[in-house]
Amino acid sequence: MVTLTIDGRVAKVPAGATVLDAARAIGVRIPTLCQHEALEPWGGCRLCLVDVTKKEWRGWQKMVVSCMFPAEDGLAVATATERVVATRKVVLDLLLARCPDTPLVQRLAHEHGIERTSYQPNPEPTDCVLCGLCTRVCDSIGVSAIATVDRGAGKEVAPPFHQPPPDCIGCLACAEVCPTDCIPYQTSDSARSIWGKTFTMVRCPHCGRAHITREQAAFYAGRGGVPESYFETCDACKRTQMAKTFTSLSAVR
Amino acid sequence: MRIESAAAYDELRRRAREEAAAHRQEILVCCGTGCLANGSMRVAEAFSKELQARGLTAEVGTFTKRTGCHGFCQRGPLVVIQPAGVLYTQVKPKDVPEICEKTVAGGTVIPRLLYKNPADKKRVEHYAEVPFYANQTRVAMRNIGKIDPTDITDAVAHDAWAGLVKAMLEMTPEQVIGEIERSGLRGRGGAGFVTARKWRACRNAEGERKFVVCNGDEGDPGAFKDRSIMEGDPHSVLEGIVIGAWAVGAHEGYIYVRDEYPLAVVNLTVAIEQARARGFLGKNILGTGFDFDVTISRGGGAFVCGESSALMRSLEGKVGEPRQKYVHATDKGLFDRPTVLNNVETWADVGAILLHGADWFAGMGTEKSKGAKAFSLVGKVKNTGLIELPMGMTLRDIVYGIGGGIIDDRPFKAVQTGGPSGGCVPEALLDLPVDYERLTEAGSMMGSGGMIVMDDRTCMVDVARYFLSFLIEESCGKCVPCREGLKQMLVIYDDLVAGRGKPGDIERIETLAAGMQLGSLCELGKSAPNPVLSTLRYFRSEYEAHIFARACPAGMCRDLTAYEIVPELCNGCHLCFKACPADAITGETKKVHTIHQEKCISCGACYDVCPTAGAVRFFPKNGAREREAV
Repeated sequence: MVTLTIDGRVAKVPAGATVLDAARAIGVRIPTLCQHEALEPWGGCRLCLVDVTKKEWRGWQKMVVSCMFPAEDGLAVATATERVVATRKVVLDLLLARCPDTPLVQRLAHEHGIERTSYQPNPEPTDCVLCGLCTRVCDSIGVSAIATVDRGAGKEVAPPFHQPPPDCIGCLACAEVCPTDCIPYQTSDSARSIWGKTFTMVRCPHCGRAHITREQAAFYAGRGGVPESYFETCDACKRTQMAKTFTSLSAVR
Repeated sequence: MRIESAAAYDELRRRAREEAAAHRQEILVCCGTGCLANGSMRVAEAFSKELQARGLTAEVGTFTKRTGCHGFCQRGPLVVIQPAGVLYTQVKPKDVPEICEKTVAGGTVIPRLLYKNPADKKRVEHYAEVPFYANQTRVAMRNIGKIDPTDITDAVAHDAWAGLVKAMLEMTPEQVIGEIERSGLRGRGGAGFVTARKWRACRNAEGERKFVVCNGDEGDPGAFKDRSIMEGDPHSVLEGIVIGAWAVGAHEGYIYVRDEYPLAVVNLTVAIEQARARGFLGKNILGTGFDFDVTISRGGGAFVCGESSALMRSLEGKVGEPRQKYVHATDKGLFDRPTVLNNVETWADVGAILLHGADWFAGMGTEKSKGAKAFSLVGKVKNTGLIELPMGMTLRDIVYGIGGGIIDDRPFKAVQTGGPSGGCVPEALLDLPVDYERLTEAGSMMGSGGMIVMDDRTCMVDVARYFLSFLIEESCGKCVPCREGLKQMLVIYDDLVAGRGKPGDIERIETLAAGMQLGSLCELGKSAPNPVLSTLRYFRSEYEAHIFARACPAGMCRDLTAYEIVPELCNGCHLCFKACPADAITGETKKVHTIHQEKCISCGACYDVCPTAGAVRFFPKNGAREREAV
């Protein structure tokens, strides 16, 4: 365990935790956009900037992103110094210019006293904050169907060549993880479409619910060495079956 | 023959020198990028043919050598005839027979091909007496222009690999790091981190597998020193890398070369093969049992890949975006292994330091910046080119001494150092000694050694805007302050140069710049506001003129500037008429000319071409003149 202070309050967290983890553990709120507990921290949105210092640094402070900076013994974290707040406001002001109509961005900006951006609002408003969560979750599943393309001002999230992505399995993880819900998709009992690609749904042979795409089943089967048919039964029915097996086993006993 | 002892190396060098001495004359034809573009390859071919035809090769023992960049690119193609040391500039293939006859065979010089010193209008015969060369001290560039980069024997004749032999056969790795430490060598990529500290940290880092990396992804506009070093003397770079690898205990290395540098890739590849054959690289180096090999990796065309964490990601085969890291690369760098990454020039310095000793290197420079530093001197300066000089030389000595002053003797305005991460240093600081600390204090930085000289016809607002437009293309777009900040900063600057500036713009620029400096993920974003802030610091009045008077004091912002001809001064030379690309000027030879405002595109071509002082003048388009008239 390591012990540090955040805005003067003591936090004790396991070694390996980040400053953000420590702050959350004691209920200090630090805004984030690109952070997700299921994914490696990335440090792109810069909202979680904090000032850190240590006694032995003799007054020297540095600004770090709390989602990545490791919690260390004796670290003193300040989440709202003048320069942290000022920088965070610049970041939110810029984000609001990029996404003027996005409720999440509006709310975060509002919390920091920004109602209207002081910069030029995006002539083509978007909801995408380029937090990279969608592409990172896709990578972490092992699919990598989408990525950020181009760089700098022209950067966007897209499938290769803006064509329906051949590797996409239609799992919707990207859409689920998106903090601004800006990845459109359609799903029904018979078909699902996302990124311009259409998928056939697999129906659970027991309850008839369309719970997975054919591509998902094939991908999981290929990765896990389990027959594809295993994934056809939905999770709920698998549990029911399991429960039935246990019941029958205890009946035998 | 593989070299496995100091004696064997000495023997190789002795024979190489003997071989060189057998050439009674050497004709060094610069085949660096600038001269190549001016046709130096044809000049070299002409020499080979002509010497053959005249029987000079056998009889006089004359030999043509295609060397790397001599540096004086402004005057290329350059030819130096050794041992006489005669420098001929702007040589064309048709000059070759005359040179062979008069100089090579006859021993006399051809005045018209000699460099003319603009200061006293005298022709300079000897290479070393040309002010451009006389004021330089070459360390990293010690052999460029002297050797054929594709011939290791020639390089060895000039002491290449001697530093490695000394390091590996006479010293311990700790002693090598100690020597580098005492030399005071700091990173030549621009940040100026103490090289020995990096090496020691990597040596002491845990783990068997370690890497050394050479950063050859030079991308700053106007910078070409790394290119010239890799092209002109790849052995100096390789030698430094092998010494570094041995000192830190790495067995694998990478040279990350910008993809736009094909000749560097070719020359490095040849040098690597030749070094392997000599036992300077590969398995069992110098017979010590130490293995180390190096791979060339061609960059993917992104400026940001020159940033160390992005470069390493690119080497790993991932997208070249910087990574936020709170551990040093010397602990967890490439493939999460301890890694030393140094710039091309830093590596090229290493061999010379080992050979001549730390005291020799530390004897040059200032208190905290030791040795010599390469710069690419470009812009509105008479002698553009590649230079290397001791740290601590003043900007005045560089611009007016080596550079020969401003083109057309116009007034000096500023010098931009450090590329898009650097800043503009004004005339008041011309006597600033150039070292890491002084440049940083002046709001600029050493950077990769680009030096862009600007005259009075340079709008500082437009300069800052140029660097923003460069960076907006090159920002990776990962973090918000850099990606969105540059976009919005450029919006403000587009307004400023178009005459749409508003009161409060300067303050908005300052707030945004501070946010970018503090908030960005990597050095690209953190330093992106430097051109903006340094021009604001030294040329605030120009910003104010753009905003409040809708005027561009340099007369460069087209939307703000109009031109006119002063009838009393126009002598009717007709040059402006010829220069005008918009047919906006009328007038006959020897008669007063007129600019028609409705057609004029304010390009300033007439102003720049007019030989009569004051005959073409510019004024703000803001209507002030009309109001004055009223």
